[in-house]
Amino acid sequence: MARPAIAPGAELDGFTIGECVHHGGMATLWTVTHPGISMPLLMKVPRVAEGEDPAAIVSFEMEQMILPRLSGAHVPGCFGTGDFDRQAYVVMERIGGKTLYSRIDKLPIPYEEARVLGGKVATALADLHGQNVIHHDIKPSSIMFRPSGECVLIDFGLSHHNQLPDLLQEEFRLPYGTAPYMAPERLLGVRDDPRSDLFSLGVLLYFFTTGERPFGESETLRGMRRRLWRDPYPPRKLKIDYPPWLQEIVLRCLEIEPVWRHPTASQLAFELAHPEQVKLTARSERLQRDPLSTVWRRRFNRGLTLPKPKSSVAAQLASGPIVVVAIDTEEGARTLNECLRRTAAQLLSTLPSARLACLNVLKLGRITIDRTLDEQGNNKHIDRMVALRHWARPLELDESRLTVHVLEAVDPAAAILEFTRANHVDHIVIGARQNSMLRTLLGSVSAKVATEADCTVTVVRPPRSAATPAEEDSTG
Amino acid sequence: MWHGGLDSDGWHCVAPYRKKSLSGNEILVVWRPAGIRHDCGLGAACCLISIKARANTGAIMDWEENVRLALFADIHANRQAFSACLDFARARGAERIVCLGDIVGYGADPEWAVDTVMDLVNDGAIAVIGNHDQAIGTPSETMNAAAQIAIEWTRGRLSLAQRRFLAELPLTLREDDRLYVHSEASQPSQWRYVRDTPHAARSLEATDAHVTFCGHIHRPALYSMSSAAKMTSFIPTTDVPVQLLGGRRWLAVLGSVGQPRDGDPAASFAMLDTASREITYCRVPYDVETAADRIRANGLPRWLADRLLDGR
Repeated sequence: MARPAIAPGAELDGFTIGECVHHGGMATLWTVTHPGISMPLLMKVPRVAEGEDPAAIVSFEMEQMILPRLSGAHVPGCFGTGDFDRQAYVVMERIGGKTLYSRIDKLPIPYEEARVLGGKVATALADLHGQNVIHHDIKPSSIMFRPSGECVLIDFGLSHHNQLPDLLQEEFRLPYGTAPYMAPERLLGVRDDPRSDLFSLGVLLYFFTTGERPFGESETLRGMRRRLWRDPYPPRKLKIDYPPWLQEIVLRCLEIEPVWRHPTASQLAFELAHPEQVKLTARSERLQRDPLSTVWRRRFNRGLTLPKPKSSVAAQLASGPIVVVAIDTEEGARTLNECLRRTAAQLLSTLPSARLACLNVLKLGRITIDRTLDEQGNNKHIDRMVALRHWARPLELDESRLTVHVLEAVDPAAAILEFTRANHVDHIVIGARQNSMLRTLLGSVSAKVATEADCTVTVVRPPRSAATPAEEDSTG
Repeated sequence: MWHGGLDSDGWHCVAPYRKKSLSGNEILVVWRPAGIRHDCGLGAACCLISIKARANTGAIMDWEENVRLALFADIHANRQAFSACLDFARARGAERIVCLGDIVGYGADPEWAVDTVMDLVNDGAIAVIGNHDQAIGTPSETMNAAAQIAIEWTRGRLSLAQRRFLAELPLTLREDDRLYVHSEASQPSQWRYVRDTPHAARSLEATDAHVTFCGHIHRPALYSMSSAAKMTSFIPTTDVPVQLLGGRRWLAVLGSVGQPRDGDPAASFAMLDTASREITYCRVPYDVETAADRIRANGLPRWLADRLLDGR
């Protein structure tokens, strides 16, 4: 069968081809229309002529396999694919606007803007990783934004799907990707660690906040391999006003060993959303690179840089969930709070990378004007924070795994649900009121949370014998 | 009806084929006499090929373009496992059945297994021979002791008709761009295992089929070869369809229905959607205890029962 022509006005499988909007090394992009689809569409056609780079074919095949399986706001929708035996193409949603690449002439950007931008990309990565896909080519030109503000990741030609054959696995001796952004483990042939994307995002954040690429622009394998043992200059050395929390986050993303980075993209997004709660370590203050002795140890300690056995993306994500415990700090909730702590301890003991967010809702009256100060003049907000930390102390969690949050709201259940959605929480642990008069009058917070949450909810009740009548009315 | 239908002259419709060389309004239909008990592939002597106008057969073309195949390898006379797989495949809309050999051997229900496959073949299924099926008629010297004991025992249980059915199964079958073979395609009669990528490459180099389906090793795997002869290997994820892209060629190694050896005791098989070119590897939990009890009760080596329980 003759290969169908790709030219303005031609028709292919119901798609009418418009104009060519991009002519790249690997593929060309055409606008297309379809009578049944109202949104703007793009057709991506690989360059497969004689003598073209075979990577163009393989990366196109990967995109052809992966894109139709992805869903949600953080990827372009896919509307059709064509195979190589006739005419290879992928038709996808056309995202308006420009990629982040359009901004690299005006770097650095303000820290706060970088924080928000990084949070959006991390959120998109969390969503992608949750669909078993590692992007492997995170860089400014693969990042776009919807008018609503959500980050959209494009170009899945180098991606790895944990449940599909990896066609790039044995195809090329050299790792394929964009040199300045490539994670060190990629140079060792590791393609199944989602934390490789966190490294690339770290490079992007470093670049966007300092104007410098942390590992330069070297494209040679030798130049790229340096990142297996040589850490970048801390951003504070380049910009003296660099916020310690941001350096903590960026340098953690750029850790050579994936295990030292944030366990999941959700946890990275969480840190970017709560900069005041980032646990500052020695990283945040550093002004110099690691001493040569450390660098040499890394370079010649092969164990550190050997490839690891194949891992499951889903299993790794599941071991690093964000767990929220909703705690009532009122007097009389002691028994229930102990039960909550026991449940939290059991959960955390099996999940070494989990992080715990302790939540309390400062309930506001619907009509009265609330004051931040109580009758004795103490700041209620701070009192609650102190109480939450006190509750969490027996868990003996590393500070980097623990945050406390006091929300102010008229409707406690709605506030908990809103926090859960905004922070991509995986599991809520909440106590239930027992046979309470209050529950009859106000409705149960735990019941509403359990019904409406989009994640797992554990409702904790004290053993029947434990709750005294005096406590029952006030727990919740 | 087309599927498993019988013409007035006693010819059985095996499958309608659509060939690229035909013009748009024709389809190929392959028939064989009702008395012949196994499919012999496109173009063989017992087949009658007719060309029908497409105009009257719109519904049939739809059916033909969306065939869902269920592929079973290494049933090994495990009645509990094979019935569970057949039920599972039918519930998922399997329209045609392919048996990739080793219907008997190891398990305790060879008569039932052969009769079942014979009936399926009579209804349009296709089957190829495995080394255990062949050893019923032609004793093999390379089998281990337990397998040998099971073969001797099985031979005594099968009727002449059942043994003849096994002996007459073809070594390989080609259907459209698909090749079916028990062990691998480079030397099918040598019963080589596809243990790794080089073995898979050897098989893929020996055929121009888009997809080769085989079994024999009792561990599921999916290999591909790009147009530049680069190989990929993959352990399939249960229930996740994989599109067998047209730009490369594939070797789909099926797990075993009746004696899985990949650490999961659940029966293993695969389904192929010929329209979307998607293969889905399936796992079906079945009554392993009963299958193991039947092996012990018939005096077969205990190890053959024990290994079913942990899928090793």
